[in-house]
Amino acid sequence: MTSQPHRLAWATALLYRAQGILPLAIALLLALIVASALLLALNASPIEAYSSMLRGAFGTENATAETLVKAIPILFVAIGICIAFRGGVTNIGGEGQMIAGAVAGITVTLALAQAPGIVIIPAAIVAAFVVGALYGGIAGFLKAYFNVNEILSTIMLNQVAVQLMNFLLNGPLLDPAEAGANHIPKTARIAEAAELPRLSFVLPEAVAGIFGTADLFGRTRLHYGLVLAVLLAALTYILLWRTIIGYRIRAVGESERAARYAGIHVKRYMVLSMMLAGGFAGLAGIVQVLGLQYRLQTDGSPAGFTGSAGFNGIVAALFGGLNPLGAVPAAIFFGGLLVGAQKMQRDLEVSASLITAINGLIVVFVVSSQIFTRRITRRQQAALRERPPIPEEASA
Amino acid sequence: MTQPINQPVTPAIQQLQMQGIVKRFPGVLAVNQVDFEVRAGEIHALLGENGAGKSTLMKMLYGLYQPDAGRILLNGAPVNIRSPHDAIQQGIGMIHQHFMLVPSLTAAENVALGMRSSRGLVLDTDRVGAQLRELAARYNLKVDPDIPVWQLAVGEQQRVEILRALYRGAALLILDEPTAVLTPQEVDDLFRVLRQMTADGHALIFISHKLHEVLAISQRVTVLRDGQKVATIPTAGATRLKLAEMMVGRPVVLEYERQPVQRGAARLSLHEVSARNDRGHEGLRQVSLRLCSGEIVGVAGVSGNGQRELAQVIAGLRPITGGSIQVDGRPVTTADPAAINALGVSHIPEERMVDGVIKEFTVAENLVLQEHGHPRFTRAGLFMNFRRIGEACREAIKAYEIKTPGGDTPIKNLSGGNIQKLVLARELSRRPQVLIAAQPTRGVDIGATEYIHRRLLAERDRGTAILLISEDLDEILALSDRILVMYEGRIVGEIPREQVNIQQLGALMAGSSPARPGD
Ligand SMILES: Nc1ncnc2c1ncn2[C@@H]1O[C@H](COP(=O)(O)OP(=O)(O)O)[C@@H](O)[C@H]1O
Ligand SMILES: [Mg+2]
Repeated sequence: MTSQPHRLAWATALLYRAQGILPLAIALLLALIVASALLLALNASPIEAYSSMLRGAFGTENATAETLVKAIPILFVAIGICIAFRGGVTNIGGEGQMIAGAVAGITVTLALAQAPGIVIIPAAIVAAFVVGALYGGIAGFLKAYFNVNEILSTIMLNQVAVQLMNFLLNGPLLDPAEAGANHIPKTARIAEAAELPRLSFVLPEAVAGIFGTADLFGRTRLHYGLVLAVLLAALTYILLWRTIIGYRIRAVGESERAARYAGIHVKRYMVLSMMLAGGFAGLAGIVQVLGLQYRLQTDGSPAGFTGSAGFNGIVAALFGGLNPLGAVPAAIFFGGLLVGAQKMQRDLEVSASLITAINGLIVVFVVSSQIFTRRITRRQQAALRERPPIPEEASA
Repeated sequence: MTQPINQPVTPAIQQLQMQGIVKRFPGVLAVNQVDFEVRAGEIHALLGENGAGKSTLMKMLYGLYQPDAGRILLNGAPVNIRSPHDAIQQGIGMIHQHFMLVPSLTAAENVALGMRSSRGLVLDTDRVGAQLRELAARYNLKVDPDIPVWQLAVGEQQRVEILRALYRGAALLILDEPTAVLTPQEVDDLFRVLRQMTADGHALIFISHKLHEVLAISQRVTVLRDGQKVATIPTAGATRLKLAEMMVGRPVVLEYERQPVQRGAARLSLHEVSARNDRGHEGLRQVSLRLCSGEIVGVAGVSGNGQRELAQVIAGLRPITGGSIQVDGRPVTTADPAAINALGVSHIPEERMVDGVIKEFTVAENLVLQEHGHPRFTRAGLFMNFRRIGEACREAIKAYEIKTPGGDTPIKNLSGGNIQKLVLARELSRRPQVLIAAQPTRGVDIGATEYIHRRLLAERDRGTAILLISEDLDEILALSDRILVMYEGRIVGEIPREQVNIQQLGALMAGSSPARPGD
């Protein structure tokens, strides 16, 4: 009898945890089921499709590296989204902020072309962070001081950023070698010194056998952006849960009124959350340039440069429970999804739009599961306030 | 459906019994082996602290929940009540703690809603309206059936609910904490209606946690504690003290010993302060008051007469549109909450779950809501010092008898009384000069209420100037050295403790006396 309450508490805690993960798992399962129906309708075997996807994402050393490479910008954006959402601002502007950061970063990089890497890289990264933050800050400022809905303003600012980038890449920033009527809109290549180094792991002989190589990821495109992103995820965790600023950001996000009561400058912290989110998206942009593309280029389409990392980062952040540490596996998961889908497309010879549809399904299900969970919590809180949930007599 | 009107009421319920009722919710045994009985012509009070299981027990009678065990007998025969619809057909009605009317519809439409109409999909509002008028006349329930519900005062809405239940032929009526939202006058009116109903042979169940009401209205009282029945006793043989002890499970004190007031220097003064309410209307109108060190000034009034705005204006949470405020002679008219805090003003906010704490934060995090940036609780001006915060939290938990598994528990898992103790601990730990206590014991159980009251009195004796804003007249009367009454944003009266007269107080609260404050 005495151990009863203890065991119960333990079970409750477990249940509480499960409550958080369960909706995600169900969302994923539902998305896969609906996707299976689509695949069946196209005469493709879902089992084959998913196994091809898995192999495409993690089947080989190179596949895994490509997955991680895809995950890097998603992770940067997701870290920022964790801050924004924890701070109570809904930042949908990752795409635009990524572009803003990339444009600023490449400008600095090209201007400093003669400098050593140790100067260029930090300068470019700082420039990208600052300009991304300022770009995100616009929406934060409009929300805090003029009550402009940040979802709408960030979406519009995404459009503005794409147009601005297209203009710059066709004019002021255009690679001089590309001048001419049918040029490709891209900047000059960055100096070799400015490239982020490639990332590989030298394995001791004992393990090398297992992986079939002594230099894991040695011949892949994996770069140090991954290390930077994971490091910043850990630092952001500390920021949010161990510092005064983090306390204030979370207080504003959980309850504006209580934060005001606590003497916190609510508006300033709203702007700050948005700026930090923008800054991290800016990092996503410059790291794509310095680590992977070595120049800024686009096909002119909205996601031509970003690869939609600005949106996928939102989903990854939600998937990671708005915790920067949780965002790390979540971003890798989404990286795997994107890379694996390409292989699946080749193997099964299904149309590319099916892949987009499946990705979209996962996003829709995951996001709605988050909304669902939130609504349940709200309903639980309402029940605690002793309000009967439905006017039952009306239906009698 | 029922066609009860026009003939004299002949209630079909002589006796209703609940036997061995058990109801479990995940993790709580809400009702445990409870026997309960009510007869025609009696008012049976159901008394217990918040969370004792009163509402749950009655919701089973009304078909909202199904008991896990036990049975219900109507006139000696077992019945199965599976839904409110079943309950209504058996002649059982319930007035909920929170009303369930559609605000945009009139009283008649609300009653007609959910009844089968003789005109198909069109509501029978004319016929219903006429019958409601008759019923209202019989029980002296003043209601105009043709006004939209949102325009009615709370007391009127409650009368609509009662009419609706009567209209549907309720012979047994359950009233779940019906007085919580009423002024003293409205309570008197309600009691008259209830007595008339029992005279007509209705059986009434009156749920409350207010002792004097139970003593005033009921013939028998059943006390619940932690889901279990303590006893059923005739009200005639009961006293407040005895009922309180049964409710809490240990001896309690209802009257506090108090030191004579040692009024000191003026700490807080408001001069003709006006402010808008949330709807943009004038919420506060030229309020002037002075609060001195060592006194408790009570602000009485019916909910929504500017008390909320008054507290917020002083705490810097609401801008003022006119007048001035001074703390210790220093103007704070435009100061922000942090600055006002720094001058030694503490504030126990009315809506503690919205303003006073952050639900998702831990107990420890909530303890430092205002002081989270203070060097005492930080490291290098950048990091939170959770070791220090944890120490302070353990001290507060001990000193203020806060029941919590620990400082790391999210505060939303604590009971209302324990959350309020934490708020109190936090606000008093800063050794304030001025304390604004808004509804400090609303939704708090008797044990914690007694504790909070003692602390407030001790704080007064220490020399703090306390503004006690409360809708609970008992609380105002028990603690205040002076009482101010608010009505429609104004202070309409001031009564020193020695001259308190409940009738006069009630009249002021209802706005029916032209008496002006003697300023
Ligand atoms: N729908 C519910 N789900 C879970 N627990 C509930 C529910 N309703 C009530 N409880 C719990 O049951 C207990 C009794 O609640 P209630 O009957 O509302 O008490 P009272 O009306 O006496 O204040 C409390 O611990 C409460 O938290
Ligand atoms: Mg109740």
